[in-house]
Amino acid sequence: MRFIKRNNSTIVLIICVLILSACDKEYSNLQNSDGVDSITLTNKGSDTIVNLALAWSEAYSIINPNISISVTGGGSGTGIAAMINGTVDIANASRKMKEKEYINAKDNGYNPVEYVIARDGIAVIVHPHNPIDQLTLQQLSDIFSGKISNWLDVGGEDRPIVGLSREVNSGTHVYFLEAVVRMGDKSNKTFFSPSTLLLPSSEGITSEISQNPNAIGYDGLGYVTDEVKVVAVSSLDNTNYYVIPTIETVIDNSYPISRALYMYLPGEPTGSHKDYIDWIYTSEAQLIVEELGFVPVN
Amino acid sequence: MTKFANMKIIFNIKYRQLLEFIVESMIRISGYSAVLFVFLIFVFLMQESLPTFADVRVGDLWNQRWYPIENYFGILPLLSGSLIITLGAAIVSIPLGIMTAIFIAEIAPRWLREILKPLVEILGGVPSVVLGFLGITVLAPIVREELYLPTGLTAFTGAILLAGMAIPTIVSVAEDALDAVPKEYKDAALAIGATRWQTIWRVTLPAARSGVLTAIMLGIGRAIGETMTVMMVTGNAPQMASGIGSLFVSLRTMTATIAAEMGEVANGSLHYHVLFSIGLVLFIISFIVNISASAVLFRSRKRTERLLS
Repeated sequence: MRFIKRNNSTIVLIICVLILSACDKEYSNLQNSDGVDSITLTNKGSDTIVNLALAWSEAYSIINPNISISVTGGGSGTGIAAMINGTVDIANASRKMKEKEYINAKDNGYNPVEYVIARDGIAVIVHPHNPIDQLTLQQLSDIFSGKISNWLDVGGEDRPIVGLSREVNSGTHVYFLEAVVRMGDKSNKTFFSPSTLLLPSSEGITSEISQNPNAIGYDGLGYVTDEVKVVAVSSLDNTNYYVIPTIETVIDNSYPISRALYMYLPGEPTGSHKDYIDWIYTSEAQLIVEELGFVPVN
Repeated sequence: MTKFANMKIIFNIKYRQLLEFIVESMIRISGYSAVLFVFLIFVFLMQESLPTFADVRVGDLWNQRWYPIENYFGILPLLSGSLIITLGAAIVSIPLGIMTAIFIAEIAPRWLREILKPLVEILGGVPSVVLGFLGITVLAPIVREELYLPTGLTAFTGAILLAGMAIPTIVSVAEDALDAVPKEYKDAALAIGATRWQTIWRVTLPAARSGVLTAIMLGIGRAIGETMTVMMVTGNAPQMASGIGSLFVSLRTMTATIAAEMGEVANGSLHYHVLFSIGLVLFIISFIVNISASAVLFRSRKRTERLLS
């Protein structure tokens, strides 16, 4: 009998815990819904910027709990189109708006305003003992598409080349594919060689390159550490002028594998929109830019 | 007074019956729920993966290029990668695991056995991400330098680590099975003049066959479903594996593909549905492995019964 009773008390205890946890849930729901006059800004576009925009929206909602910013990806074109159609407040883009898009916006009564919110510089990195110091964009394209498979062909030691890339879902992967492997040519359908290693994280790339003299990879400038060597890259037009990526060469646009990241608003911002854009240029927000591996704009 | 006591007894009996009923139905529900969950998972996988076939032809899935951001959904590299890595892990872990189990169950002295078995089981509890980290920092450089490979992030590195994860399972289950073989069998074999090795190989191991087979299956099941370790050490290059030589290049598995790409994929997009199709393929593979193993077990049991009768 006593055994059974003790069993009962355990069951009662479990039920109590379940009820309590249910209570807790209801309580937290109540808390969430009590922001009475909350404003929601919608922010859509480039997948490269999604993580940055999400980090900003989280940080901003802590400072300013009445404003919530909903961020979605989908690509630069989708974001700009949504802004032109008036369905989002802010469009994220990793490219400039096209002339045609400006005309469409004007037709709909909008006068888009452009903000460069961050810059993105991508460093090409090799093992510190690799004698290669500089590569042309053409050589990089051939290396990553598998046309060149030995370091000897680009003036290095007789070693096989192991190409390392970020996973396909990374915005950096797509940018590198377009800007380097396809050398900015839209009609070019070159792929990364299937033997290119796809690593899930920047840390994975850095750690493999720091210990493997055969490896070459790329990474956001913010992720480069002292354990790897950064290669100077020359642009397509001037193959004798090699540039090392630094915050300065990314800002003055002399480093070829870099780009500006934009936010577009449908008109001169006012009220909460203006507050948010102004906040983006504060050092606090630009610190987040650096943490995510992009180059801050000021 | 007695009436009251009687009532108390009746109440107690009723109470016990009720409790019995509750406990029994709870156990029954738990038993059925396992089947129900598997069924629900299957339904969910079907529901999420079937839209794939509206947009992608089966011929395009049965293709050699996996580049989802430009709508190349060939799953052959992933399928072959998973199979080769699992095969490699099986080649290493099955002999090693069974031999370890035999040593612990039959040969090691009692005191050593008391130490070895818990140690092996602790090895089985090492989180896979820790093993993956060890693989990247320790095993991969060794593989690259000792085998003169371009990179240490290969299918072989993954297979070794997966074998390391499968061995504790295999050892633990197989040792229990070997231990459960009645002592009379061994005594009888030794009595008719069999050596110790002959007893183990011809009597103990066959008698424990079903348990040993379960051990191998559980071990392989762990290897083919493992995600984190393979994602960290196999390099994830989506190239076709053709033959055992492919063990020494970088390969991409189905599990690593799902894990790496599911996080960023747009909900309801074609890519999303294709990833679920890969999940369905994995589900079907493990289903086939399980069914065929039970079929083998069932057949061998019937044969044993026939021999014994």
